[in-house]
Amino acid sequence: MRRGNDADVESDAPARRTRSSDDARVDELLIRAADGDEQAFVGVYDALAPPVMGLAYRVLRNEAQAEEVTQDVMVEVWRTAARFRAERGPARAWVLTLAHRRAVDRVRSVAAGRARELRTATLEHERPFDAVAEEVEVREDYRVVFRCLSELAGHLRLPLVLAYYEGLTYTEVADSLATPVGTIKSRMRQGLQRLRECLEGGS
Amino acid sequence: MSVSEDPCLGVGAYALHALPPGEEAAFENHLASCTACRREADEVTQAAAWLGALEVRKPSADLRRGVLERIATVRQERAVASRRHRRQQRGLAWALAASVAAAAALGGVAWWQHSEADTAREQVADVRGGTDALADVLTAADATISTSRMPHGATASVIASRAQSRTAFVASGLPPLTGDRVYELWYGYEGRYRPAGLLSSAGGSQAQVLEGRLGEATAVCVTVEPAGGSPQPTTGLLAIIPVPA
Repeated sequence: MRRGNDADVESDAPARRTRSSDDARVDELLIRAADGDEQAFVGVYDALAPPVMGLAYRVLRNEAQAEEVTQDVMVEVWRTAARFRAERGPARAWVLTLAHRRAVDRVRSVAAGRARELRTATLEHERPFDAVAEEVEVREDYRVVFRCLSELAGHLRLPLVLAYYEGLTYTEVADSLATPVGTIKSRMRQGLQRLRECLEGGS
Repeated sequence: MSVSEDPCLGVGAYALHALPPGEEAAFENHLASCTACRREADEVTQAAAWLGALEVRKPSADLRRGVLERIATVRQERAVASRRHRRQQRGLAWALAASVAAAAALGGVAWWQHSEADTAREQVADVRGGTDALADVLTAADATISTSRMPHGATASVIASRAQSRTAFVASGLPPLTGDRVYELWYGYEGRYRPAGLLSSAGGSQAQVLEGRLGEATAVCVTVEPAGGSPQPTTGLLAIIPVPA
């Protein structure tokens, strides 16, 4: 019966067609790092600290704060590496999810900055996406992500962008777009599912 | 929220870390018992993570040096340096725990696979610094064993000694938690709860002696809490395992 349960858990894992060629290498390094291999962790750091820093800076828009978040996240990755489960997705996604949560929590902890962000987001909600467009690194993987994001209808893309890059909660997104909260929740779900379908099918 | 709302509706907001803290904890509680939601959460969380991979910014050389210096002193959640040694030393105590729990709690069904016992034993050794305390509870003359089913096929057993006022918790098949969440154990007594320690969010098979004394408690309960645990439960109880008087 234990075996049966484990099989259920494994079947939870989503299809992994979005795993890039570099992901397998980093996954392996992280698994070795979980066993205390500091040299392997150096490889994990060099592969993932730049995107972690990129994401932290995008959300925080402050170099010093982004560096602090990056440092905390990378040490946390080392400390909790044993929690990584390759069958649930690549190490890159695991680490970036951690980094995103940390960066957003940090933004939210600064109440005054929060109000400013909200106003900015309300006034120019397309801007963050355009800013990403200008700065995006032209790696093939990223090009696909970017195309998929661009192809999303605006009413699905905006809630994703406002929540992910601006750190707004879904109720704040609903406020800033003058849309009912249930609709926003539904669009966030639909938007990510569309994005996923595009990433899996379109590359 | 309407009564008929799809419980998985918030999965997108969850993946975007856009649920307010209370709702996020409640959603994770739901995830622990909903396979379909959990699968979808993994899918959309990965899609969301791609949004974070669009930008690259090189951290300073100082930061790299700082991180690499720090990891030399930061203890990993599952230190492995002396795993083999501990395995030999603690093997007996754990084998006892496993066989007692399996035989008594589940009517002799051999549910405790060897590899799982290994993992759990390492976790016990790491978290508690050894399984001697566990063995003490298990071998107590007045030890009682109660077992409850948890969501998603997980099983939790509580071995309690009123004489020692000590309690051990043994679980199998716990779903792993996403985000900065942990399982927290509680002593329950007449609707009041005292913290009794944290379990790793990695899920799977875990065993440990509860923190604090059993005292007047009549049950051991499990919730999902933010990392570091909470002084009081902030989410619904995943399991209530009664402890005989």
